[in-house]
Amino acid sequence: MSGEVASELRTTHVLDLAASGKRLDGRALDEYRAVSIEPGFIATADGSALVRLGDTVVAAGVKLELGKPFPDTPNAGVLTTNAELVPLSSPTFEPGPPQPGAIEVSRVVDRAIRAAETIDLARLCVTPGEKTWVCYVDLHVLDHSGNLIDAAMLAGVSALAHAVVPAKRFGVAEADYALAVGHLPIECTFVRLGDAIVVDPTFDEEQAAQGRLTIATDELGRVVAMQKGLVGAFSPDDVRSMVSRALAHGDRLRAAARGGPA
Amino acid sequence: MGSVGAKEVPVLLSPEGLRIDGRKLDELRPIRIRAGPLHQADGSAFVEWGANKVMAAVYGPREVHPRHLQQNNKAVIQCRYNMAAFSVDERKRPGLDRRSQEISKVIAEAFESVVFAEEYPRTSIDVYIEVLQANAGTRCAGLVAASVALADAGIPMADLLPAVAVGKIDGKIALDLKKEEDNFGEADLPMALVPQSGRLVLLQMEGHMTPEELSRSLDLGVAGCKVIYEKMKQALRDRYATTELPGGSA
Amino acid sequence: MSQGHRSGHRSRGRGESSPPPARDRVLVLPGEEIPGSALRPGAGTYRLGGKVYASVLGLLEPKPPFVTVIPLSGRYIPKAGDTVIGIVTDCQTTFWLLDIAAPRWAPLHVTGSPWKVEVGETDRYLRVGQAVVVRVESLEATGRIGVTMLGDGLGKLEEGTIVSVSPARIPRVVGRNGSMVRSITAHTGSQIAVGQNGRIWIGGSPEAIQRTREALRMIDEQGQHRGLTARVESYLSSTDRPGDRGPERVPVESAHRDAVPHELPPLPAEPDAGGPDGPGADDAAEY
Repeated sequence: MSGEVASELRTTHVLDLAASGKRLDGRALDEYRAVSIEPGFIATADGSALVRLGDTVVAAGVKLELGKPFPDTPNAGVLTTNAELVPLSSPTFEPGPPQPGAIEVSRVVDRAIRAAETIDLARLCVTPGEKTWVCYVDLHVLDHSGNLIDAAMLAGVSALAHAVVPAKRFGVAEADYALAVGHLPIECTFVRLGDAIVVDPTFDEEQAAQGRLTIATDELGRVVAMQKGLVGAFSPDDVRSMVSRALAHGDRLRAAARGGPA
Repeated sequence: MGSVGAKEVPVLLSPEGLRIDGRKLDELRPIRIRAGPLHQADGSAFVEWGANKVMAAVYGPREVHPRHLQQNNKAVIQCRYNMAAFSVDERKRPGLDRRSQEISKVIAEAFESVVFAEEYPRTSIDVYIEVLQANAGTRCAGLVAASVALADAGIPMADLLPAVAVGKIDGKIALDLKKEEDNFGEADLPMALVPQSGRLVLLQMEGHMTPEELSRSLDLGVAGCKVIYEKMKQALRDRYATTELPGGSA
Repeated sequence: MSQGHRSGHRSRGRGESSPPPARDRVLVLPGEEIPGSALRPGAGTYRLGGKVYASVLGLLEPKPPFVTVIPLSGRYIPKAGDTVIGIVTDCQTTFWLLDIAAPRWAPLHVTGSPWKVEVGETDRYLRVGQAVVVRVESLEATGRIGVTMLGDGLGKLEEGTIVSVSPARIPRVVGRNGSMVRSITAHTGSQIAVGQNGRIWIGGSPEAIQRTREALRMIDEQGQHRGLTARVESYLSSTDRPGDRGPERVPVESAHRDAVPHELPPLPAEPDAGGPDGPGADDAAEY
């Protein structure tokens, strides 16, 4: 309510541009913004990354602590993903308890990590029923210029890919060791602007969007999570086309997420 | 704080009088300040101070939410100091705990002492501080970042607000404690200075000091604030100074 | 705030006198003493203990008998007579609330509109999200900003788009005697209406709008630097193409578009209040 009201003229302009295959920032419809990933940005985390997706900035920190397994999964570790859309990052965010938008970001990212089996939860278990590693993935949005889900996902998997299990500090092993990570899921988000479908929407494009679809893929070419959001609809053919584009973008982004410290 | 397993009290001062990171007693940790790194906020700043990383943003003056906080004769200054879950050794539960709320309050009041809030009645100036990586002195680092962000947002005020903590380690007064010194030291005294008037607008203390030690600590803190003040001004000059654009003489 | 005595209200520093060239102006920060000044504290400054200090980040500007600081950042501070672009944020029974990028929303009363609006029917004329060009009429001590839609060049914006720049950049956008705006429109074929609040309306073909946006973005991001005019000119020339001159109609196929015809004449490029004589307006010429 304290946030910016979307200007109808700007929204219309975004739609007019899309109708002629153009975008506000001059990108092609299927062009992703420049991505930069800075792994190890947070020294207090066991794994971390600062991701810039255009003007969108998300910091991710992974923390591993010892805890008790859930009673119904005594042999499995625990994974918790949490996103904070703090009011520092946008005039549209307010202080207070987590908003549905923040919960959606964390759940969509969480689903992709679980489905891609990025973390082998069984390997996190130290003593069945007694002691396990609890892996926290905290996503902290710093600048919201659109497409938070993709930026948060990239930050999250980059942080996991560079995480170290603090086994020595917790007294369960002689030395710390790298967290074993399997497939890295990459989210790729599209929005509909009239008849056009564009990838990696900016804030203005999200304001004008008539439907949003996020597709997470892994390096085996599998689709591991999806989330349709905002008001609007897609045809099955739209979805099929977006899946193939998501796979192509995913391959490129995954290589960036895996890359070591710059 | 937050370390796993009890540790022995480390030696904080070498026989030569140097601290664990090699600093002298009156020496600050390295400080880097960048004005205006964020795109959405009206003003912003990023501060790296020793192993602290703190981002601040200012929104406003703007309409007040919630409305009942509106003041008829001036802007209300709302501050939210928050620590990211991964900013400390032991993961912190997201959200504002009592410590964060207290710090938010004293920082807001420090800024109320210098901001010309009466220029904007019935509005809100929102100051947001996010601690991304903490290593003692985050309230001072947050205050410094927020002060630069306020200037970046064009907010009228009497002065910038440099801040620093002074403490006591192994019986000696020391400037700008880092984490181990804070955890195992004998006192911590954060302060924020209005350089132009020489007055303190944030002052807290925890531990024990004699009146004489406190007196020396205040002098040391004020001297430290003056160094930080110059770095704050430089950060703003770097952002706003007029320069020659390459290729501009075409 | 209790320290010091402050005289005069801060304004965005638009005055009558012609300022010295921009390159001679000094950047000052809040709390910095303005040295050797027998001048009286004006906008953006305050007096304490016989000395004058800056209260905002900006450029020092003597305006005898005052010394003032022209802010380089911050929200739009309304001034009576300014032409501004507002976005409707709320429709009440007898007025609309407009976001004019100022500290407070501005109520536009139905009597300040060109329509005869029945009580409770405000949203039949202006909906949330629509844009209007209004003039600031009154400023009250409470911070209330009175605006009107009645007057030349004022009204509802039906097409084109709106971009935002820092209000401190508006003199650069306008340029000396409107030279920058004229140059942009001549090169791109767009139409431009400049709101003093940093919102700029652009009309024309999508291509013209796009190039105008880019030129405005350059001014917004690099506005304080010397050599900007040349850089913008160079950008505009490099993108000149035959056939770009003259606005085309914007395609009217979006579901979002009203069927209402364009009812406004193109707005003046230089709203009077922010005229080319204002401090900073000269910048384009010198850089």
